Amino acid sequence: MMKKSYCLGIESTADDFSVGISNFDGKILANVISAYIPEKGGIHPREAARHHAEVADKVLEEAFKKAKIKLKEISIIAFSQGPGLGPCLRTGATVARALAAYLNVPLVGVNHCVAHIEIGKLTTGAADPLTLYVSGGNTIVSAFDSGRYRVFGETLDIALGNCLDVFAREAGLSQRAGLPFGAMVEKIAGKGKKLIPLPYTVKGMDVSLSGLLTATVNLLKQSTYSLEDLCYSLQETAFSMVTEITERALTHTEKKEVLLTGGVAANKRLQSMIKYIAEEHDANFCVAPTQFSIDNGAMIAWTGILAYRHGVTTPVEKSFVRLKWRLEEVAIPWIK
Amino acid sequence: MDKVKAPILIKKGAEANLYLTEWHGRKVVIKKRLAKKYRPSRLDNQIRTYRTTHEAQIMHEAKNAGVPTPTIFLVDMKKTTIIMEFIDGKQIKQLFSNISVDKRKKICFKIGELVGRLHEYGIIHGDLTTSNMILNSEGKIFFVDFGLCEKTKELEAKGVDLHLMKRALQSTHFDFADECFKAIIDGYTEVVGSDTAKNVLDKISEIKKRGRYVAERKEGN
Ligand SMILES: Nc1ncnc2c1ncn2[C@@H]1O[C@H](COP(=O)(O)OP(=O)(O)O)[C@@H](O)[C@H]1O
Ligand SMILES: [Mg+2]
Repeated sequence: MMKKSYCLGIESTADDFSVGISNFDGKILANVISAYIPEKGGIHPREAARHHAEVADKVLEEAFKKAKIKLKEISIIAFSQGPGLGPCLRTGATVARALAAYLNVPLVGVNHCVAHIEIGKLTTGAADPLTLYVSGGNTIVSAFDSGRYRVFGETLDIALGNCLDVFAREAGLSQRAGLPFGAMVEKIAGKGKKLIPLPYTVKGMDVSLSGLLTATVNLLKQSTYSLEDLCYSLQETAFSMVTEITERALTHTEKKEVLLTGGVAANKRLQSMIKYIAEEHDANFCVAPTQFSIDNGAMIAWTGILAYRHGVTTPVEKSFVRLKWRLEEVAIPWIK
Repeated sequence: MDKVKAPILIKKGAEANLYLTEWHGRKVVIKKRLAKKYRPSRLDNQIRTYRTTHEAQIMHEAKNAGVPTPTIFLVDMKKTTIIMEFIDGKQIKQLFSNISVDKRKKICFKIGELVGRLHEYGIIHGDLTTSNMILNSEGKIFFVDFGLCEKTKELEAKGVDLHLMKRALQSTHFDFADECFKAIIDGYTEVVGSDTAKNVLDKISEIKKRGRYVAERKEGN
């Protein structure tokens, strides 16, 4: 009888520390996420890293409890090697190296963006989608072609999630567990009615969001418009921009599925826009479930398995973190 | 739009539908920007109207810069429609993989020269991809799709324009993106001079670093 094998995945690119456990068939046995919520201001990489180090043991323990397996049953350790914030990535990588050494099992360094796409495919059943991946750190429109996930569109400056978060913070909102800034902006935007003219910047298949953010923050400070109308206008404008580049990439690649993932994928208004263009071009619309679209360890575990099965492992001396590791730099041997 | 023969849909783009038809005895392309129902209609109308007028105007100006573009015959703002000359040729995108390395380099050099002329004139194309360039039977390259263009001579804008060209090559013509981009820069340098070209290249590397995973912005500015 074949020994049962599992992969443990560690995610720590930004403000979340998470551990996921997956078996070789893509069954997710655990996906425990611990979010770092700064008391004030944005993410301070070093403070987030300290949070990760503090909760690591507890999160690991909980993951094993959920998965109902023993530490010894793990046959691969995967970790997100980049892109992300240096101190946060290094904390996760250290935990991963220690575990792999202790268990004497292979280590697999996983690209965070690849993992978002792979878990999205696994959990929605999408086979070969055009993906819009929108989070606090990334805004990417990508599709597979000849061995790589090619990047068709992206942001020229800040990420969509970051744009919403910074605005929320400037508006004096404060984050709570289970209610991230993005969700607050969405809720308040629901009460907005007036569309305020704001900069709309699409360049080729890329967007630029920093001008939009600055303009919206300036209007906020002038207090001429209600917060409801500002949130509504910010969302409508920013989402229209990313939807436009997604549609451009869709007509260009002619894919038959559109996958929406990343933390901002939870937003219902964005979902409805992307769904609309997917249908316009006879493509299936898929959205990853929230616990698999935010940063999570399960996606790292699953991608670790895909890579390992195709002979990819990461020797310790090559397990240094890669802060700016581009999606299209990663060879994807598991897709033919 | 009188005397229009039954138009044939030649391309259903992301932004517009393109039809081929005859108009007063000539072959023309009708480019109609369609309503996008995913976005608020006021925003959508603004965008479409702006891009329609802008495109027609700058396509005309590009000619003065020495860049071949279709001649504009009619602009219907209300219908966000442009009627323009039909360019009988092939998209660069389609012929790129079926030609020799040398031929490809020559075409890229020429593309670089044309982009250089636009930039020198103060026109930023905004969507430089190989599907927006057409090679006609006489070997002339036409630029189309000026809806996202900008009028400026700023270094930043020139850098973004070429950065997008490079990215489009990398995602679509990944097997020879580097050689193509190099030839484009050679052609570009020929027109704008090596000083300007160097500044633009430096700008491109700076832009490349920006959109990557950057530490979160903490303030609103
Ligand atoms: N005047 C023209 N003559 C011939 N073909 C054209 C002309 N204008 C556009 N096309 C073709 O139609 C395609 C789509 O037109 P374009 O203006 O680029 O619209 P879109 O915004 O949808 O990309 C172009 O890639 C080009 O191949
Ligand atoms: Mg075009």
